[in-house]
Amino acid sequence: MWHILKYLARRPRITEPVPQPQGVACHGAHPVQGEILAILGRALAIRQVDAGSCNGCELEINALNNPYYNIEGLGIRFVASPRHADMLLVTGPVSRHMEVALRRTYDATPAPKLVVAVGDCGCTGGFFGESYASCGRVANVIPVDVTVTGCPPTPADILGGILAAVQARSR
Amino acid sequence: MQFPGVDCHFAPIATPLPIHLAHVDATQWSALARAVAEARGHLVSLWGSDERARTGRYTVSAAYATADGLLWAKLGLDAEHPAYPDISRDFVPAIRLQRAAHDLVGIEAEGAADCRPWLRHGAWPADYFPLRGDHTGQERFDAQPDAYPFVFVDGDGVHEIPVGPVHAGTIEPGHFRFSVVGEKVLRLEQRLGYTHKGIERRFIGMEVAQGARLAGRVSGDSSVAYAWAYAMAAESLAGVRVPPRAAWLRALLLERERVANHLGDLGALGNDAAFGFALAQFSRLREDWLRTNQACFGHRLLMDRVCPGGIADDLDAARCATLRDQARHMAREVAELRNIYEEHAGLQDRFVTTGRVTPALAARLGLCGLAGRASGQTADLRADFPCPPYDAVPVLACSHLNGDVAARVAMRFEECFASFKLMEALLAALPDGPIHVPLATAPDGAGAGWIEGWRGQVFVALETDAAGRIARCHCHDPSWQNWPVLEHAIIGNIVPDFPLINKSFNLSYSGQDL
Repeated sequence: MWHILKYLARRPRITEPVPQPQGVACHGAHPVQGEILAILGRALAIRQVDAGSCNGCELEINALNNPYYNIEGLGIRFVASPRHADMLLVTGPVSRHMEVALRRTYDATPAPKLVVAVGDCGCTGGFFGESYASCGRVANVIPVDVTVTGCPPTPADILGGILAAVQARSR
Repeated sequence: MQFPGVDCHFAPIATPLPIHLAHVDATQWSALARAVAEARGHLVSLWGSDERARTGRYTVSAAYATADGLLWAKLGLDAEHPAYPDISRDFVPAIRLQRAAHDLVGIEAEGAADCRPWLRHGAWPADYFPLRGDHTGQERFDAQPDAYPFVFVDGDGVHEIPVGPVHAGTIEPGHFRFSVVGEKVLRLEQRLGYTHKGIERRFIGMEVAQGARLAGRVSGDSSVAYAWAYAMAAESLAGVRVPPRAAWLRALLLERERVANHLGDLGALGNDAAFGFALAQFSRLREDWLRTNQACFGHRLLMDRVCPGGIADDLDAARCATLRDQARHMAREVAELRNIYEEHAGLQDRFVTTGRVTPALAARLGLCGLAGRASGQTADLRADFPCPPYDAVPVLACSHLNGDVAARVAMRFEECFASFKLMEALLAALPDGPIHVPLATAPDGAGAGWIEGWRGQVFVALETDAAGRIARCHCHDPSWQNWPVLEHAIIGNIVPDFPLINKSFNLSYSGQDL
């Protein structure tokens, strides 16, 4: 325990300011947290679904949980079940083998629900497109509110997309 | 060259590592499998192709790792009844590879015990084979009935826990069927293939240069390893060697990819044993590492940096200095965290003896890569067949004998330190010169690439058609070998330790589903 405390005491605080949501102007000190509370009345719970990605997007979504981004401080957290979720964060071209699982996950998420498609493959089908094995973009399978491009998008871009989806719902 | 005990001639492919190709008949095919198994070689990969348009036949290929390098044996198959002798009795990893080859090409392993579909679920019918030349890969089918016969475990108090394909964390999809008594696992059966998105079909007809981008997206966490293996295959086709500076920078990228993944895994392993501090600190270090990737190479995960013929961007002196400083700084940080790991009794209690794979079992099942080295399987291409620049810098191959989660954690720490030293050596003696050579198109050729990625050996076999476009590109992930071993590692452990054991292997779903 002594080692842990010593280690922590010698390191600075690294959390960074919140990035601007995509295409939306932000005002005030912590507008994001306020908006999440105003819309949902509680923290934003996200269920991530890999519907066939190469796992590059998953690495960057995991990076969003590191101390630089401090998303729990904004009231955003990842949950283990779609039944606890307000938002689905979906990656990948949707493989044909994940099509039913993705639909069921969407159906299991209580309304009102938001869907953010992450990565070029999720936005357009990307390199893999549509084929015998791939349904292409996420919007071909379930309704999508916001898309985040990039291969893979950076954690800041993903956070921007999450915030944009929340703000779009409030207007 | 000849392989002892097999009467066929292997011709070298122009790669920096020794890779040889031979066309064999059915007798030689079986004899080679037997001889390689007796010489304690390993099966690297097995795949099928439809070459009816060119030669009137299907083919099946097997790649073996031996003391003399990689042997690629290719067997022509009858166009009406494409079948080949089963080799899964000699090599356990062949079971799933043979099932996948049947799903994609429709070639049959004669005498194989397990003939259930592997990559085909319900997305296409049983008589459709996406890699056959008479299909475009653009066909669409309604969902087919999908009743996969899992092995049923019966007994007093035995019950099943089905998990997935959508898992409870931010990880890839797959299905695990646990048969348990109380909380003790009697048996785990995996069902993968959920992220199958038709990568091998997508390769067909592409320009060789264009395929590099796709190869770098077979498994996002191993992008450099795949891109390098693919580039090596393309370069061997064209008969060129990359300039020394390009080879050295590729190794630098590969080692940075290795460290990035180890940092992520070390944090996640601590977290799976309820040590949240570890996740916070290692994910902070990983973020620092990725941001430097962005600053020095232009991509956080180093995608599209390695391309056929060399690398995409050069590195100036200032960025070399940044990389060197970061490697030194990171070595100190990781050393401090290793002390904390080693002195944390609660953490060690979860790690030690959990998910044990003995060296004997690892050898029998063909466990490879990082997990293999944690179970006494010392193979590491960087040390065994050092190609430039690994022949000019000291490669420290690490291994352990315990084969438990603790050993796989220790391996990651040691490989990080070895990589920091390697990076220092690479940066200190980085040769000057060009970073790219042009590649001529090579019609009707066969090339191969073989690279020690962070997870294990990544292998790419690349063949071109008469116009020099891709006729077949097979990408092999070491996860094929290691997924079946995970089924053994969990036996006798408790269900709550599965996430920890699974993470200690950290296998790719996308890399094996293709």
